[in-house]
Amino acid sequence: MLPATTTSEAETRALGERLAASLAPGAVVALHGDLGAGKTQLAKGVAAGLGVDPATVSSPTFTLIHEYAGALPVYHMDGYRTKRPEEFLALGVEEYLYGDGVCLIEWPQRLGNLLPPDTVHLELTHAGGDTRHIRLRGANGGP
Amino acid sequence: MNPSPRILGIETSCDDTASAVVEGATLRSSVVSSQDLHAAYGGVVPELASRDHQRLIVPVVQQALQEAGLERDALDAVAATYGPGLAGSLLVGLSFAKALALGLGVPFIGVNHLEGHIYSAHIAPPRPPFPYLCLVVSGGHTQLIRVEDGFAHTVMGRTRDDAAGEAFDKIARLLRLGYPGGPAIDQAATDGDPAFRAFPRASLEGYDFSFSGLKTSVLYYLQDHEDDAREALLADHTADLAAAVQQAIVDPLIDALRRAIAETGIRDVAIVGGVSANRQLRAEARALCAAADARLYIPDPAYCTDNAAMIAVTAFHKWQAGLTSPLSLTAEPALTL
Repeated sequence: MLPATTTSEAETRALGERLAASLAPGAVVALHGDLGAGKTQLAKGVAAGLGVDPATVSSPTFTLIHEYAGALPVYHMDGYRTKRPEEFLALGVEEYLYGDGVCLIEWPQRLGNLLPPDTVHLELTHAGGDTRHIRLRGANGGP
Repeated sequence: MNPSPRILGIETSCDDTASAVVEGATLRSSVVSSQDLHAAYGGVVPELASRDHQRLIVPVVQQALQEAGLERDALDAVAATYGPGLAGSLLVGLSFAKALALGLGVPFIGVNHLEGHIYSAHIAPPRPPFPYLCLVVSGGHTQLIRVEDGFAHTVMGRTRDDAAGEAFDKIARLLRLGYPGGPAIDQAATDGDPAFRAFPRASLEGYDFSFSGLKTSVLYYLQDHEDDAREALLADHTADLAAAVQQAIVDPLIDALRRAIAETGIRDVAIVGGVSANRQLRAEARALCAAADARLYIPDPAYCTDNAAMIAVTAFHKWQAGLTSPLSLTAEPALTL
């Protein structure tokens, strides 16, 4: 399934839906990528694959964490506005990261070493126009 | 029933710890930790304090009572946000409010954070009569709601991805306009030409919004220039780009309001949330309402970001409607309208 290339937001969502099938309770997925790389769209697709109405999934940039009740609980969070990982600790983020749901994390680098060792790191990159490359990568950016 | 109950409101759904007191419909005090943090800490602000609800809740509530000139045993009810928001954050304010209500022997009132934003239009006169249309437009939310008396709300539309305030913020970053992005674009756009570039407006069914395509479109537009040309563009046309982006965000909001006014026949319109401070949105909303013979209500900017005044005022309306909550009420992070 990965690496993958998508050519529209709809394809990115469809990829997320397929990825959802391989996620078990407690999975933590870090979504790396620049502004507009499709992180929220991929998260929307994963949530849809877990039985959440995708129309209700919106960006958590300002609200920090959104919870959805799917086949598994879905925790969609965003480190964009966070300057230091410790700020997320004050929000009780371990409850999510070590809970029974699926965590989808945008701007995950802002959570630093709070991310569990078994976090799945996905990277979305712009590849011209609406094309995006999505691949698995190591925690520090390597393959 | 007491027509002017003294109600303490508490809000801890996201970053801010906030508390406020109303007496009937009148606001007596409003304290928000991010604005009043130094006071809450007696001048010494520990690191990481901004999201530390557990340390802030007592000083913030005490300050709200003090500014209202009330002892806590003068309270007739205690209210708190119970969702949507962060589970742990909600729990701090909710548990505190329930315990205080229990200790004082007064009713507890749970408030939906989004209802709070709507009812920020009722904090000070002129207050909208029911039913009215309410555009909640902020960094975290973008929804168009038909508001009826008795807490009957109909969500007519919502964003499918980014909120309007988030679009302002992230595009401001692309345009290197700084933070917070909404005021930065508003300011930069002052002398700009909104027709400089026609950025796309998403066309969705009904009243839903989408702003992520605009963000991507601005990104592509900048990437389509070679480095030197992009630098020149950003240097020479900051105002034009800001104006064009602002127009692309404001247009769908105004268009939705125009259609909603025509479809529902409702002639009272409130715009709440942080983006309601945007000058272009205000100007176009005023023009729209003047043309449609409608009245426009926009709360003071202090009540458009997260605050507890809106929670206390909502609680007063619930009190009037006889709607109190059981102490068994739990936090609902995924609560909707």
